Amino acid sequence: MSDIIDQTEVTVRENRLKSIIYYSGKASELAKAEGTDAFACKERSYSQCSDCAQMTASTITYFVRDAAVVVHSPMGCFANTPLYDTQFRNSAIERGEEPDKVRVICSNITEKDTVYGGTNKLKEAINEAVRRFNPSAIFVHSSCAAGIVGDDIEGVAIDMQDELGIPIIPIYCEGFKSKIWSSGFDAAYHGILKKLVKPQTEKNKKLVNIFNFLGSDTFTPLLAKLGLTPNYLVPLASVEKISRMPEAACSAHICETLGTYVSGVLESEYGVPKVKAPAPFGISWTDNWLREVAKYTGTEDIVEEVIESEHKRIAPELEKLREKLAGKKIYIFAGDAYAHNVGSVVADLGMEIVGMTTLHHDMKVDTEGTENTLQALVDKTGEIENFSVCNKQPYQVLKILEKLKPDVMIVRHMNMTILGGKLGIPSLLEGETNISAGYDGIITTGKRLNALIETKGILKTLEEYNEFPYTKWWREEENPFYFEKGAKA
Amino acid sequence: MSQMIEQAKFSCALGGLQTVLAIDKGIPIVHAGPGCAARQFLYLGSGAGYQGEGYAGGGQISCTNSTQSEVIFGGEKKLRATVEGTLKVMDGSIYVILAGCSAGIIGDDVKQIACEFADEGYPVVGVDTAGFRGNNYKGHEIVVNAIIDQYISYEVPKANVKKGLVNVFSVVPYQDAYWRGDLHEIKRLLEGIGLEVNILYGVEGNGFSEWMNIPNAEFNLVLSPWVGLSTAKKLESIYKTPYLHIPVLPVGLKETSRFLRQVAEFANLDKNRVEEFILSEERRYKNYFVSFGDLVSDFGCYLPYHLYTVADSTYGIGASKFMIEELGFTPMGFYDIDNPDAKAKESVEELLTGIDERYTGNIVFEGDNKIIQDDIEKKLTESGVRSVVLGSSWDKELVASKNESILVRLSLPITDRVILNKSYVGYNGGLTLIEDIYSGLFADGMITNTTHADH
Repeated sequence: MSDIIDQTEVTVRENRLKSIIYYSGKASELAKAEGTDAFACKERSYSQCSDCAQMTASTITYFVRDAAVVVHSPMGCFANTPLYDTQFRNSAIERGEEPDKVRVICSNITEKDTVYGGTNKLKEAINEAVRRFNPSAIFVHSSCAAGIVGDDIEGVAIDMQDELGIPIIPIYCEGFKSKIWSSGFDAAYHGILKKLVKPQTEKNKKLVNIFNFLGSDTFTPLLAKLGLTPNYLVPLASVEKISRMPEAACSAHICETLGTYVSGVLESEYGVPKVKAPAPFGISWTDNWLREVAKYTGTEDIVEEVIESEHKRIAPELEKLREKLAGKKIYIFAGDAYAHNVGSVVADLGMEIVGMTTLHHDMKVDTEGTENTLQALVDKTGEIENFSVCNKQPYQVLKILEKLKPDVMIVRHMNMTILGGKLGIPSLLEGETNISAGYDGIITTGKRLNALIETKGILKTLEEYNEFPYTKWWREEENPFYFEKGAKA
Repeated sequence: MSQMIEQAKFSCALGGLQTVLAIDKGIPIVHAGPGCAARQFLYLGSGAGYQGEGYAGGGQISCTNSTQSEVIFGGEKKLRATVEGTLKVMDGSIYVILAGCSAGIIGDDVKQIACEFADEGYPVVGVDTAGFRGNNYKGHEIVVNAIIDQYISYEVPKANVKKGLVNVFSVVPYQDAYWRGDLHEIKRLLEGIGLEVNILYGVEGNGFSEWMNIPNAEFNLVLSPWVGLSTAKKLESIYKTPYLHIPVLPVGLKETSRFLRQVAEFANLDKNRVEEFILSEERRYKNYFVSFGDLVSDFGCYLPYHLYTVADSTYGIGASKFMIEELGFTPMGFYDIDNPDAKAKESVEELLTGIDERYTGNIVFEGDNKIIQDDIEKKLTESGVRSVVLGSSWDKELVASKNESILVRLSLPITDRVILNKSYVGYNGGLTLIEDIYSGLFADGMITNTTHADH
């Protein structure tokens, strides 16, 4: 096994990718600084709550079909709702697959365990997961409490794996490890690469790995045009399917932020080429993505024809949507890279991107030669003057929105659309990321945005009735970025 | 109670931050890892019938987002900066620092830091609500007691007792998804018999000034089997305020009238006024009750008559007592999810068997809803009887699949209903509960007076 995969843990993003959580300025300047130390991962002197790696790890591990997850934590990290079951079921149905439910259990660390250690409890929880779910593999999520008291999760996993005869996969997604919640994606993929993925001698030239979240089946019709099939990973896949991921002709993803680590390791360690063009969002990005996929799958002879006919196919509907949406001001609050993807889509709809805030920014990605998505966006749309990086911080984004007054917002993060709502700005929650991909994704996004603008009425009332919790001083302060660069309160 | 949990019925002590948010302009400051506050919101906000961020919750919660350097070098410096920032940015009535697991393990002294700000005149208190210390019922008590200990007892060292003023300590906000409606009804009832009420949460009272007025109450009312008792005892020791402990949350006519008479007697209220209020409430209630008599008379053989309760001891006992006493249900199982201590467990058992002897042997203390579900499923299969389950959205599929039973969502998580001012408490709440139970008969659209419903 290679050095990378052999490591117990993958290095967190602020160290590996020099990721940052604040920036304000022009998009082009940040894009140009790629790979440099021009900006550091510093924090604001005052922050509202962020999110953690455990959350992002769960978006991957919770939805593996025949695996179980043991969350080794106190109840607060775990306290979940039936919505996970609903998400799992609905997504499976959308893809035309068997509905399923999550198989998760919490070891429920209590005070005693923090004093005497919680490894016995973890063992019990693993045994209980086997008894309840009979899984093909078990993911063990660590937590702040388990990590700080130093429970030997690795040791337990090795022992229990021998005893039970199924892979026990530690996921080091402790919230305190990283300021960048996306580090949790890497932690989950690292566990998967280390413990589940097996080298494949047989290659399937027609299979394309698609790293994604739960989401609908938009890649089958797109890839079918080239006679190819998507291999959706990791949510909704089985343990066996996951183990065979190196057999694909190439790896792609719906977002560089999600797929950077896993697709990089698949290329460097298993020889599965990574598609280095930006993810297929918007017309030109989808064209380029298809061209590169064609290169790895021996379909270059037909790809130009496909692209041309797809352009023709969507043209009439796209024209109609452009008439409705042209010139509308849009603000994008998502990502890192997913915000760039969305920007590429709305540019094709003729909308004006008045500002963009990404939830963090990776100053580099894992695989050399990968196209810089922010640069690609600037090349496509021209300069974005009001560009910032910010790990949620609604107090700050509020001021940006008040200044820019967009007609509509696209948001990809929980509990953030309400900020638009309280300002009377309709916000599209981009919770289902697949539907905006490919040529049809442009049409879908256009239709959703158009419908959204129609719901403005209830938001106007919300705006009227709302009272923000911010002080007069903050409401009057002109600089949204006041607490950055070490400013004291 | 088993250790592992598959289907959560509560969060951890840090969930006490939702108690702060329930106070008018209460501002929590979380000293914990970056994901802790967001997690609480998922379960206790969205999971409580889509109660959103409101004034200052959800993504707006101030947080140190503690990571490596705080864990290694201590997080007190960052906490100070975060409190300073919060005081400057967030407009609040009371600021509560809540320490999570990381701060709890490394031993940051949040109380000391709160003290530094309090010394400068800011209303700041600090609590250790590390997740491993217990569930959010415990977190709730920690927060309430700290506001009294660390702030109110200094600001109002001596009580100036006001006759007829009562503090209410009852349901846990957000963990009781109906807290806003419930407290509204409790306040209405107590005012109806002539009391002045510090209801303490929500925006319909006098905001945080009600809290500052706590020491001046003539008495404290604890309306729950055990949550809030420690607060009443604390106030008794600081201010010598007597307390009345009524363990049963009143639901429906009989228990609400009993409750009001018990309070009136304790507070020595004007009997005539009390009876006049009760009479008028009862007349209105009975009028509603009789008006749905035709329905229960027509469909007698289709009515559910077995009752399973999956809830905390406060709401669970209140609602179950009403359904047994007024609606004639047969108790089949009580699943207490709030993890009471040994003494409270005993009193919960006594209360339930006192309500109905058939509870003997059918009381389970369990925090994992999956284990509860397995037990209910077994019983429903054995009995074959259409039943009512007072449960949560976890139980939707099970209840629908067994004996055409009816689910009433009484406890968390509730993710398939929007909850605003609804309540099952008091006279009005009893009527609402009747609506929800018997509307359940028509959930599958099959029962009419010309069809036999055993399809």
